[in-house]
Amino acid sequence: MLRLVNVLKRYKTGDVALNNVSLEIPDGQVIALIGPSGAGKSTLIRCVNRLVTPTEGKIFLGDTELTALSSRALRKARRRMGMIFQEYALVERLTVMENVLSGRLGYVGFWASWFRKFPKKDVQEAYRLLDRVGLMDMADKRADELSGGQRQRVGICRALIQNPELLLVDEPTASLDPKTSRQIMRLINELCAERGLAAIINIHDVHLAQMYSQRIVGLKLGELVFDGPPDGLVPDVLTEIYGEEDWEATIEDVDEDDEDVDEDGETEGPRT
Amino acid sequence: MPIIQTPGGPTWQRRTTPKQLIIWFSWLVGIAVVVFAWLRIADNDLLWVYMPTVGREATDMVSRMVPPKWSYIDVLWKPIWDTLNIATIGTVMAMILAVPIAFAAAVNTTPHRAVRAVALFIIVASRSVNSLIWALALVFILGPGILAGTLAIGLRSIGGCSKLLYEAIEEIDHKQVEAIEATGASRLQQMAYGIMPQVMPTFAGVAVFRWDINVRGSTILGLVGAGGIGLQLSGSMATLAWTQVSMILIAILGTVVISEYVSAKVRHAII
Repeated sequence: MLRLVNVLKRYKTGDVALNNVSLEIPDGQVIALIGPSGAGKSTLIRCVNRLVTPTEGKIFLGDTELTALSSRALRKARRRMGMIFQEYALVERLTVMENVLSGRLGYVGFWASWFRKFPKKDVQEAYRLLDRVGLMDMADKRADELSGGQRQRVGICRALIQNPELLLVDEPTASLDPKTSRQIMRLINELCAERGLAAIINIHDVHLAQMYSQRIVGLKLGELVFDGPPDGLVPDVLTEIYGEEDWEATIEDVDEDDEDVDEDGETEGPRT
Repeated sequence: MPIIQTPGGPTWQRRTTPKQLIIWFSWLVGIAVVVFAWLRIADNDLLWVYMPTVGREATDMVSRMVPPKWSYIDVLWKPIWDTLNIATIGTVMAMILAVPIAFAAAVNTTPHRAVRAVALFIIVASRSVNSLIWALALVFILGPGILAGTLAIGLRSIGGCSKLLYEAIEEIDHKQVEAIEATGASRLQQMAYGIMPQVMPTFAGVAVFRWDINVRGSTILGLVGAGGIGLQLSGSMATLAWTQVSMILIAILGTVVISEYVSAKVRHAII
């Protein structure tokens, strides 16, 4: 279980990116975090694995207080949290296999990793995961040879090979076309279900959020303004989160078939 | 305010009129300074007594140089080989030392601001001393020979290599490093997996580029006794053996052309 208690993040510029956010995510629950650009979604998940250090408040993963860890203990704790990025953040000049295995860096020593001497079971697990996401033949390709969807699958493998309890997913579909977006979201969802993983998924596409999560949390200007089931996202709530707009078209066909997703072409603003 | 309101509607020009005048005036001052400096040199520093004989002396020297003493090449193979070794080993030495210095000097990888200051100082110190001066000092300490030359080339190259490397390290894509950090990797592992792959092409390019410079640089080290073909050059000049001098110059030219060719090929292969 992940627990955020009164988390506040104030950047050096004085901007308050998160204001007293408290949130509990039980084991195995997939939540979608929605909100306009600059609402603090990225900051929130980065506070959890402490790529960003919260200014105030506490964050617990199980019994571990993440906000109180020394750097050594933090490295250990990070192994329990897999992260998936908006623009994949693969190391472009390494092979697919090396990228996947880099998810094990928290477990192996420096020289073993320098000489690429990963334990046999890690390599086998990497092949198993690549097979699971349909990239078995790509293991020896360099990451920059892959398409966007393929790269994101590699990113997913890198997160899963950590054997995490929690996935932190930052805009996984923002750089992908609508069909690939759905496939990636479905894949993340299936994998979470298979492994009983909890996940926080930052996402701009409200429609996708409703389709592929059990719970939706809305952020606005760093504050939590909605927390409820996907069908609780009525137009009034969306207006509260994003501002005035005609929301009917965005949410009406939640239960309909896969055919047309309205891709929102919005690009991510500066991470605040 | 490049947009100017006129009765016929707004028009646009690149600069406002005052700015344009300032730029024009700066050019005027700059050119005037150059002309003035030329005149000063002509008045004070030029030894006019030499001027009437310039043409005669030049043709005289050239005539003494031709034909080059082709047979002298037999003596030159060994110094050419030494010269290449000085350049190559010096470059390897510089690159090995430049990598840790570059990581210490780059803002995003330095362990501490004080460490960064030391690294930057090493870079400046190495760059500010010409390799010929390094060689002079080292010949004093180590005695004449190839070792002094190699160290001189190496010490001179550390700064240049480190500077290019640390600039490359500062320009990497930070997201890739962040992703590695998020897996629980240590700082060293983040460098090995997140940064090294991104800067490897630059490292290779810098090494070849520097080797190319060093081949040219090491041809003159012999002038101060630090080994290589420069020793023959200074000897031949001292004994006024001009046909040997021209042979040596041809040999140096050939070496440099070949090294440029090799480095261009290698650079193509890695980038």
